[in-house]
Amino acid sequence: MALLQIAEPGQSAAPHEHKLAAGIDLGTTNSLVATVRSGEAKTLVDHEAQDMLPSVVQYQQNGVNVGRLAKQSATQDPQNTIISAKRFLGRTLSDIQHTFGQLPYTFKESDGVVSMQTVSGEVNPIQVSSEILKTLGKRAEDSLGGDLQGVVITVPAYFDDAQRQGTKDAAKLAGLHVLRLLNEPTAAAIAYGLDSGNEGTIVVYDLGGGTFDVSVLRLNQGVFEVLATGGDTALGGDDFDHTLLARFCELAEHQEELTPEQVRYLLDQARYVKEQLSSQDVVTVSLETTGFAWKGEFSRADFDILIQPLVQRTIRTCRRVLKDADVKAEEVQEVVMVGGSTRVPLVREKVAAFFQKEPLVSIDPDKVVAIGAAIQADILVGNKPDSEMLLLDVTPLSLGLETMGGLVEKVIPRNTTIPVARAQEFTTFKDGQTAMSIHVLQGERELVDDCRSLARFALTDIPPMAAGAAHIRVTFQVDADGLLSVTAMEKSTKVAASIQVKPSYGLSDTQVADMIQSSMQHAKEDIQARMLREQQVEADRVLESIQSAVDSDGEKLLSQEELNQISETMRQLATARQSGDVEEIKTAIERVDQATSEFAQRRMDDSIKQALTGQSVDEV
Amino acid sequence: MTYFELFQLPYGFAVDLGALTITYRDLQKAVHPDNFANASSHEQLMAVQKTAEINDALATLKHPLRRAEYMLHLMGVDIRAEQQTLQDPAFLMAQMELREALDDARHADDPDAALATLTSQTQSDIDQYFNDLTPILDAQDQANAENAADFIRKLKFLYKFLDEIERLEDELFSD
Repeated sequence: MALLQIAEPGQSAAPHEHKLAAGIDLGTTNSLVATVRSGEAKTLVDHEAQDMLPSVVQYQQNGVNVGRLAKQSATQDPQNTIISAKRFLGRTLSDIQHTFGQLPYTFKESDGVVSMQTVSGEVNPIQVSSEILKTLGKRAEDSLGGDLQGVVITVPAYFDDAQRQGTKDAAKLAGLHVLRLLNEPTAAAIAYGLDSGNEGTIVVYDLGGGTFDVSVLRLNQGVFEVLATGGDTALGGDDFDHTLLARFCELAEHQEELTPEQVRYLLDQARYVKEQLSSQDVVTVSLETTGFAWKGEFSRADFDILIQPLVQRTIRTCRRVLKDADVKAEEVQEVVMVGGSTRVPLVREKVAAFFQKEPLVSIDPDKVVAIGAAIQADILVGNKPDSEMLLLDVTPLSLGLETMGGLVEKVIPRNTTIPVARAQEFTTFKDGQTAMSIHVLQGERELVDDCRSLARFALTDIPPMAAGAAHIRVTFQVDADGLLSVTAMEKSTKVAASIQVKPSYGLSDTQVADMIQSSMQHAKEDIQARMLREQQVEADRVLESIQSAVDSDGEKLLSQEELNQISETMRQLATARQSGDVEEIKTAIERVDQATSEFAQRRMDDSIKQALTGQSVDEV
Repeated sequence: MTYFELFQLPYGFAVDLGALTITYRDLQKAVHPDNFANASSHEQLMAVQKTAEINDALATLKHPLRRAEYMLHLMGVDIRAEQQTLQDPAFLMAQMELREALDDARHADDPDAALATLTSQTQSDIDQYFNDLTPILDAQDQANAENAADFIRKLKFLYKFLDEIERLEDELFSD
C-alpha cells in the first residue's frame, strides 16, 4: 500500500490516479468478477484462464476449496460441498425445506441462523458466500496488482431486506468494501445502455440458476430508472434440473429414496442433458451410478413439456410487472436476456412471443451482469468524475407495520424510488399505556401472517397519557442499497427508539464479528493487523474525499478560520494514521467528520442550487 | 422552501409533469448517494437524506391526492396524519353501496365489464371532487379550507376504493 501524501489545501495529491475497483456478480451457480481497464469492462480470469467461478465451496478438515475443484468433488463429497448457497441466504430452515425439496445437506437452525454440518464444523450461507467473494476479490487484486478500493456486488432485484443484508455481511466477512449493492437487471442495462446508447423502455429478463426476476427500466439521457420489478427468489435453472431428475426417477422406475450421492450425480447429469438440448434436438442419456441405471433417448420436446409450467410462471410475472410499471408489452423497445438459463430455447421462444420481439443476446448472458457492475464500480470509486449516469432504484417489496387485528399498514409501497424516508403516525389505544410494540413487515398481503417479519422492537417509557393522546411517529428509511432502518418517536416528549433492521432470522452484528474472528483463526491471519489495515484504508478514504471537497469548494464555502480548523483535524488524522493505533485513527476520523459536517451541509445545498441554476441557464 | 419552489414550478394544482421530471433528474444528479460513494460518512448520510426528501417531494407533487393534501397543508390545515373519520352520512352510505357493488361484481357474469364500469364511475366522481377543490387550493381560499379538507377526505375513500377494485382484478385475473 502506498504511503499517504499530505497535500496542502488547494493542491490535490494525485487527482487523476486510477483507483482499483471491481464488479462482482455473486451468482447462484457461477460467480464472476470484472473490472474496467483502459475504458473497457472485462471479466477477469483465474490462472487457468477461466472467468466463471462455480459458486461451490467444499469444506475440508483443514481448509476450503472454492470453485471448479469443489464442484468436481461434489459427487464424491456431497455433504461437505455447498452448492447454490445463495438460495439459502436470509431464509429460514422451513423455507428452505419447503422450497427446495431434496438436498444433500444436514441443516441446523439455532438463534434463527440456518447452518449446514460439514467436516470443518457448521457453516452458514453467509460464510459460504464470503468464501466465494474472497476468492474473487483475491483474483482481482492479483490481476490488477493492488488493493481494491471498493466493489459493487450485484443482487437479484427481488431480493428482500434479509437477503441484501446477508450479501453485505458476506462482503464484510470477506474484507471487501462495498460501494453499492446493485440490482442485477440494472447492471445488465448498464452494460447494454452504455455500449449502444439505447433510450426507451427496456425489460430485463433474468433467469439464473436459482432466481428469476424481471424488471422494467426506462433509459433516458444517461438516467436509468427502474419503473418496476418483480420475480421469484426460488425459481431458476436449478429447478429445470430438479424436474428432470424427477423424470429420470420415473423413467428408471426408481422408487426408493435417493442417497445424497445419487442426487448429486443425477443433478449433474440433468444439467448436462439440459445444456445439450439447447443446441440439439435429441440427446442419448446414459445414467449409471450405484443403485441407479437408465439408458435412453431424451428429446427437446420431452424437456419442453417438463419445464413448460416453470417457464409459464416467469411469463406470468412479466405480465404483472408490466402492469405495475404501467407499460404495455408492445411499448417495450428491448428485452435483455440475462442468466445462463436464457439459453434454453423454450425460454427464448416464450419471451419473444410474449413481448412480440426477439430478445437481445449480443452480450454473453453469463457475463453481462458482471460487466455492468464493473462499469458502475468504476464510476462510484471516482474514476469517471464527469459521468452523467444516474441510477434510480425502487423498493422491490412493500414495507409496513402491524396494526390492530393482525393487519399490515403499508408505509412504503413497492416500487417506490429509493432512497426514501416515510413517516406514519400512530397513537396509544389504552389510558396510561407506556409502551408500544413495533413489528416491521415486508410483503404485499394484508395479513401479518402472509408477510415476512423483518423486525420487532419496542418503544418504551412513553409517559402515561389518555388513550389517543400520544403521537407516535414511526419513520422508515431505506438507503441506496435497499436496506431499511426504522425509528419510532413519541412527538410531545421526544422519547425515541430505533433499529437498523436486522431481520429476525438474520445475523446480529456480534455474530458477524464472531464469524470474522473465527475465519481469522482459520486463516491464521492476525485480526489486529486486519482491523488496522481497514482503519487505515478508511482514513485514506476520508482524507482524500475531504481534500477533494476542500479543493473544489473550500474557498467558496468556508471562512479562513473554518478552513484552518478542518486542515488541522486532517493533519491530526494523517498523523494518527501512521501511529498504527486503531482507536486513535477511529477517534481522529470522528473529529474530521465533526469538523466537516457543516461544510458537507453547505456543499449539498450548493449543489442543489447549482443544479437548478444550471437548468434555468439551459432553458434561456 | 416549498416543494413547488424546490422544483421551480408555479404554485398551483395543475402541475407540468414533464418539467417536474426534468428538474427531478437534475436534482437527483446533484445529490444522489452514488455521487458520494467515496465521500465521508457524513456526506453520505446527508446525500441519503436529501435524496429521500427530493423523492418524497416528487411523489407528493406527482400524485393528485397527495399534492392536494400538501397544498392544504401549505394553507395551514394538516390532515395527513389525522385519525378522525368523516361525518357525512350520505357520502358514507354511498360508499357502502359501492362496496356492495364490488362484491356483486365478483360473482357477475362478466366481472371484467362490471369492474370496468365501477372504475370509470369512481374515476368521474374523483374528477368532480378535484374540479371543486382546485379553485380553493389555487387561490389559497382560507374561508373554504374546511370544505377543501372534506373534499380530500372523500377523495381518500374513493382512491382506496380504486385500490380495492385493483386487488380484486389481480385476484380474479392473475392467470
